[in-house]
Formats: sequence, C-alpha cells, structure tokens
Amino acid sequence: MLQLPCPYCGPRDELEFSCGGEAHISRPLANNKISDAAFGEYLFLRDNPKGVFLERWRHASGCRRWFNVVRDTVSHDILEVYAMGSKPRRTAGKKAYNNSWRRTTAAEAAAVNK
Amino acid sequence: MVASDIDRGHGALNDKKKRYSAFALARNAASYHQDWQRAWRKASPKASYDAVIIGGGGHGLATAYYLASVHGMKNIAVIEKGWIGGGNTGRNTTIIRSNYLWDESASIYEHALKLWEGLAQDLNFNIMFSQRGVLTIAHSEHELKEMSRRVHAIRLNGIDSDVMSPAEIKKFVPCINIDQSIRYPVMGGFVQQRGGTARHDAVAWGYARAADDMGVDIIQNCEVTGLRRKGRKIIGIDTNMGFIKTNKVGCVVAGHSSVMADMAGIHLPLASRPLQALVSEPIKPILDTVIMSNAVHMYISQSDKGEMVLGAGVDKYNSYAQRGSFPVPEHMIAAAVELFPFMSRLRMLRHWGGIVDTCPDASPILSKTDIDGLYFNCGWGTGGFKATPGSGHVFADLIANDRPNKIAAPYALSRFETGFLIDEHGAAGVAH
Repeated sequence: MLQLPCPYCGPRDELEFSCGGEAHISRPLANNKISDAAFGEYLFLRDNPKGVFLERWRHASGCRRWFNVVRDTVSHDILEVYAMGSKPRRTAGKKAYNNSWRRTTAAEAAAVNK
Repeated sequence: MVASDIDRGHGALNDKKKRYSAFALARNAASYHQDWQRAWRKASPKASYDAVIIGGGGHGLATAYYLASVHGMKNIAVIEKGWIGGGNTGRNTTIIRSNYLWDESASIYEHALKLWEGLAQDLNFNIMFSQRGVLTIAHSEHELKEMSRRVHAIRLNGIDSDVMSPAEIKKFVPCINIDQSIRYPVMGGFVQQRGGTARHDAVAWGYARAADDMGVDIIQNCEVTGLRRKGRKIIGIDTNMGFIKTNKVGCVVAGHSSVMADMAGIHLPLASRPLQALVSEPIKPILDTVIMSNAVHMYISQSDKGEMVLGAGVDKYNSYAQRGSFPVPEHMIAAAVELFPFMSRLRMLRHWGGIVDTCPDASPILSKTDIDGLYFNCGWGTGGFKATPGSGHVFADLIANDRPNKIAAPYALSRFETGFLIDEHGAAGVAH
C-alpha cells in the first residue's frame, strides 16, 4: 500500500487520500477568445509520463486539504510534497515542471497573459 | 447497426499439412508429438516494410492479420517489446460482451462479437470461445430502472439483452446469494446470452500464427526507441534492432500509448492505470456464466481449469508498475464473498496487474494523427479484450485506406475538440 506524507497530518495510508490527477493545469481565463482545440486541450489532454509525475492529492479522510506530490509512476517513490500554489523545489520535480509540454500550451499562455 | 456482411478475410492456413485438426493430432501422436512445426517463425526485421504495427498484443496482432487477409498488405511487421500477448492480452479476465448503451459503442463491440463468433474457424486455432452468458446484477431499485433503460437501448440496436428477476437469477446461477438481508441485495439484473469468455493467450497465438502464415513478420524483444519523420510524415522507426523504414506506423501499445505519443511529439487524453485481477485455487465446476456487479464493483467467472477469476476497477492513481495497490483486491474479494458465501473458504493463488490506458469518456481512440502515416489504436482502458477482433478489423481498414470507416469514425481524436464524446462510464466503468 502506498503511504503518502500529508504536509499537514504526517504519513498516512493511501486509503485516506483521493488522487486529483495532473497538477499545474491552468484554466484558460480568456475562454471566450480561446479556440475549441485549446479548450479541449485544457479539458482532456493529460500528461501521463512513465517516470516523474507532478500530481495533486487530497487528504480526504483527514484534514481534507489539497497538496502537490512529485511521484515516480514506475517505482511509486514519493520524491517531494509541496503546497498548492507553489512549484516543486527539488531537482526531479523542477525538471519535470520546466520540461512539461504543458508550459507551452495556449491555455497556459492565456492564463499567464490574462 | 453493423452490417452482417463483414469481410472476415480469406481465412488462414489453407496448407493441409500445417492445419490443426483431429487428424493432425492423431498424425502427430504417431510421432510422439515431436514434429509439430513452430506456430510462427522467429523473424528479424527487414530493412523496410509497407506498414509496421507497434505492439504484439491481441489488438496489434489482429490488426496485422486483417491487414494481410482483408487488405492484402503482406509486407508488414508486428514489433513487440516483450513477448507476444505478455501484456494486457495475457492479464485480463477474458470477458466478452457487446451490451453497450450508445450506438457508436454497440456498433464497434457488436462488430467484434460477430467476429468472435467463428474466429476459431477463421484462424484455425481453438480460442476456447464460450458463449456462456454475461449477467450484470443490480443492487438497488434505481440501478434496476437504469438497467431496464439500458436493456431497451441495447435491444434497439439489435443486440440480445434481457432483464432477469432475482428468482430467475437464482435459477441461472444457483450458487449466488439472493438473500434480501445482505448489505447490497440482488434486486435483479440483465443478461447477454451471446456474451462469454475466450482463452486470452490463444487469441494472441491464433492471430500470430495466422498472420505469420501470410508472411507477416512477428518480431519479439524489439523495443521502439524513436519515431523518425520528415516534416509531418513518418519515414520509419528506430528500434533496439536498428532502423526500420516504413511510411505507415500503427501504435497499439495500450498503457504505453502516451510514451509512444511523446516520441511523436503529440499528446493524448490518456491516464495509465493498473487494473488488477486474481485467481483462486481450482475447484469443481460451480459457475458456468460470467457475473458482474457495478455497485459492489467486481466481476467473476470460472475458468476451464476451475479457478475463480476475479477483477474489479482500476487503481486511483497513474502507474506503469504492473502491480496494483492492496485496497482494490481487498474490496473485490469482500464483494465476491457477499454474493458467493462459499468463496470465503477459497484460497487465492495468483494476483497481477496490467497497465490500462483510460480515456476521459471510457471509449477508445482509433485515429489518424497530425502526422501523416501515424495511427493510434488506444484508450480501451479496462475493456479492450472483448473488442480484440473488431478493433483489429477496423484499425486495419483505417491504416490500409488512410481514412476511418463508419465504425471507426466516431472514435477519432478530434472528438476531444468537438465535444462529441462517447460516454460509456456506465457500461465500461467496471465490467471487463
């Protein structure tokens, strides 16, 4: 069983958590200007790496708070846990964040340039 | 609805010496079974092919078989990273059915079911296809009502489907517990009598043998390391056995589809998740159909060896590890024991996971891409086995003609832009 370190409650079994999937997806704020393709990208396209993955988890049966996790999808190692609204600090997470195709999507650009 | 005049190809292994039959069995018994020929050649890659299928699972091998037998493309290869059928083809719970809600789904799954009926003859391989029926159980009044609606929709598409009362279910499956005092009592169900199971390994072997007989190269232990393109056109693939020139590449790699897509620089709406299954010790025949329950979340059948075969839903987080987390099997065993109390004394023998590519609308992707000559067949998620022949048949058509046919058209990647999703979470969320 996976054990996740909740940043607020400490290490707990995966049963207490729900997984929210890929982290750092920007909702296009100017969605009246964005194309169907770009909005579809925001809604449906997901990063699905074999290796380091940035994802959101919620301590559903505990403090009920969201947080971000850097996890390896092959070894299931938890490499880093960091707060919502912040970016990963350690090398593996940082690299995954900066190299993700997500950083160059129209939705991301629209959210950044609002 | 699907036209009944499916072009099944011209059949395989017309050479009498190579055909499997009772006579062949007797003939080979005389030589102590020392002279059986290899089911398929050990091929090494040629410099160039008319098309390359990446992924030697059931869907990939079926694609190659229909490319050769229906479309006459024989200078093709199937590239497999491991061994034939060693991925999800050998890891599923072998359930076959076509009782899906939407017309698009009915069309493709019924196409597959019609190909299943007679596939053993087409391939000259005993795939142990058994139409033992698939019974889905309802555990609440609401679920039963929704089920009746589903049954009517399925029947309108010409697919057999019948509602059953708890008494009828007890008669159909004597070992089931229909006591109304349990936490999730059996309120009714619906059955597809033409559904059932097949031997999953035999499906891979049968397609591989038949495709090989027509000249298709099946190359195992060959891992794709890159896709080469010139502008927006595929010109070949790089593998651990060297470069292979081709201008048509079909990716049929299930849980690794996103990895292949990354090599091509495109993105897919997929999440790779472990789907777990387990089998018990073998016991005498007790269950001669397939039982599924969406509400308590498990499905069960008995293999010809006597093992009880159980499966449930996917794990809740992405993984490429081919092993699942413990809460899922614990949940499915709890559900099984409540429905079949005798199972509490059974020991479980083996347990495994396969990596499935789940799609946001629980329907597959059969599509061209922005890159000329690159095609994807993926997103089957938790229910790909039942579609194996149909998936291969329409995907071969897509590759050969470079345009989707009527059955494949709704499954294009463009649906995630247009919003024409085929939402099958109700039918596909659990039961495979």
